[in-house]
Amino acid sequence: MSDAIIEAEGLNLTFETADQPVHALSDIDLKIAKGDFVSLIGPSGCGKTTLLRVIADLEQPTSGKIQVAGVSPETARLNRLYGYCFQAPVLYPWRTIMRNVMLPLELMGMSRGECEERAERHLALVGLQGFERKFPWQLSGGMQQRASIARALCFDPELMLMDEPFGALDEITRDHLNEQFLRLWQRTGKTVVFVTHSISEAVFLSNKIVVMSPRPGRILKVIDSNLPADRTLDFRDTTEFLEVAHQVRVALREGHSYDDD
Amino acid sequence: MTTTEAAFAPSGSLLRRAYEGRALPVSIVLTIIVIAWYAGSVYLNAPQVIEKFEREKIEWTTSQLIHDSWEMGRPVLPSPHQVAIELYKTTAQQKITSKRNLLYHAYVTGSATLLGFVLGIILGVSLAVGIVHVLTLERSLLPWIIASQTVPILAIAPMVVVILGNFGYTGLLPKSLISMYLCFFPVVIGMVKGLRSPDPLQMDLMRTYSATQSQIFWKLRLAASVPFLFTSLKVAVAISLVGAIVGELPTGAQAGIGARLLSGSYYGQTVQIWSALVVASVLGMVLVYAVGLSERIVARRMGARP
Repeated sequence: MSDAIIEAEGLNLTFETADQPVHALSDIDLKIAKGDFVSLIGPSGCGKTTLLRVIADLEQPTSGKIQVAGVSPETARLNRLYGYCFQAPVLYPWRTIMRNVMLPLELMGMSRGECEERAERHLALVGLQGFERKFPWQLSGGMQQRASIARALCFDPELMLMDEPFGALDEITRDHLNEQFLRLWQRTGKTVVFVTHSISEAVFLSNKIVVMSPRPGRILKVIDSNLPADRTLDFRDTTEFLEVAHQVRVALREGHSYDDD
Repeated sequence: MTTTEAAFAPSGSLLRRAYEGRALPVSIVLTIIVIAWYAGSVYLNAPQVIEKFEREKIEWTTSQLIHDSWEMGRPVLPSPHQVAIELYKTTAQQKITSKRNLLYHAYVTGSATLLGFVLGIILGVSLAVGIVHVLTLERSLLPWIIASQTVPILAIAPMVVVILGNFGYTGLLPKSLISMYLCFFPVVIGMVKGLRSPDPLQMDLMRTYSATQSQIFWKLRLAASVPFLFTSLKVAVAISLVGAIVGELPTGAQAGIGARLLSGSYYGQTVQIWSALVVASVLGMVLVYAVGLSERIVARRMGARP
């Protein structure tokens, strides 16, 4: 498959801790095609964040092969191929919203004019026009997270790696951002790898859901879904949606994700 | 409107402003200090006064004893008003360029303090940058930096003065170097902590952008270290002043607060010593306040919550 942007084969990652080694990733095989919206879902400790960090070259696998856009994760990182959104917005508190979004552009050596033009355009894209001169603490959590999405988008990376970006938000804000982000993805056509532990968020956003399980962290099942592109939040009450959500839940149960330890 | 209502009016009332601000607590503490000071000067000076009375075979009363204790020529502890009068005489009643003017001496010490402070910041920040970026430097330098502060400054100051005097450097430079020697230490410690203060996610973010070490330094570490730097600077500027005064003691300096302290103690002029001390502490407060003010200005520019 030539249009795969991420290809992992037999990926393993073991953290050496004081008492015993932790198998964060065990035998991961995964292919993600260009333009896909892929969610990694599973309970805490299933290695979904670790997998995302391996793709981003923030962690090194113990064994196995992984390629991002046909090159190693390190080369991909050095080529600034991806934008990464963390669980927290990670906005630098001493920079205004505008200058936070400009940060990656400054690091890439763009001219001041281009930095400003791109930052303004992407802040408008996430609905933050008028807040350019505010400092992060003056914005709500949801707005801060949108600013961090604008920052990840503004240098136009092919790939978006998102680690529970809406995890810390209340459900109402999260629903709203889910809908906005779905539109954004459809408009930009970027590949998104999205870590979440919310079944409805995963089903609503993705066309491919990777169900993972802990101890050792592994992939249980990959569920393809073809939900209509123009879906809105109300779509979550349809049988079509519930059917996919049910498949995810079944897969999680098969992985003993609902068991007591 | 009655007086009570006026006193508790929302704004403008003097009493209320004094109550809400720092004026009242500060003046209460000041009053207590002045009372204790007067009591102390009676306690410490009375034996000499009694001796004098007995030598001159004068019948004395308690009020006479107290009065004379507060008006001695060379008291063990001069009374507050004696110091106040001396301060007035040696500041307002002299030409500002005169060597009799304490403000001139404050200027001499102040300039050495500021030069030492600037040199200390440069030295401290450069050492911290090295320590944070090069592991070898942390292992090799940090123990020496700590050891440097365990040597009493009074032991080092004369040597610095003698050695630099040998090379023809006198006056400002030796004093500033002694100042620097004292004040670079809190700057190093604060800056090392500050430059390391970015959390793992802030560092990861830089890594996802493939930022270079120097980009991480200029765009993340330096900005994150600013609050730590200012905390250090407040300590540093105060001990920088101590360093400058200590630097004036062994040199037989002709000018400066240290020189006034020294000549005061040669001639038993306790009133002069105490006035010099008052000027030194006022100078110290002005310097710390100036650092605090610049901290607030910088913090506002860097988007700190008001």
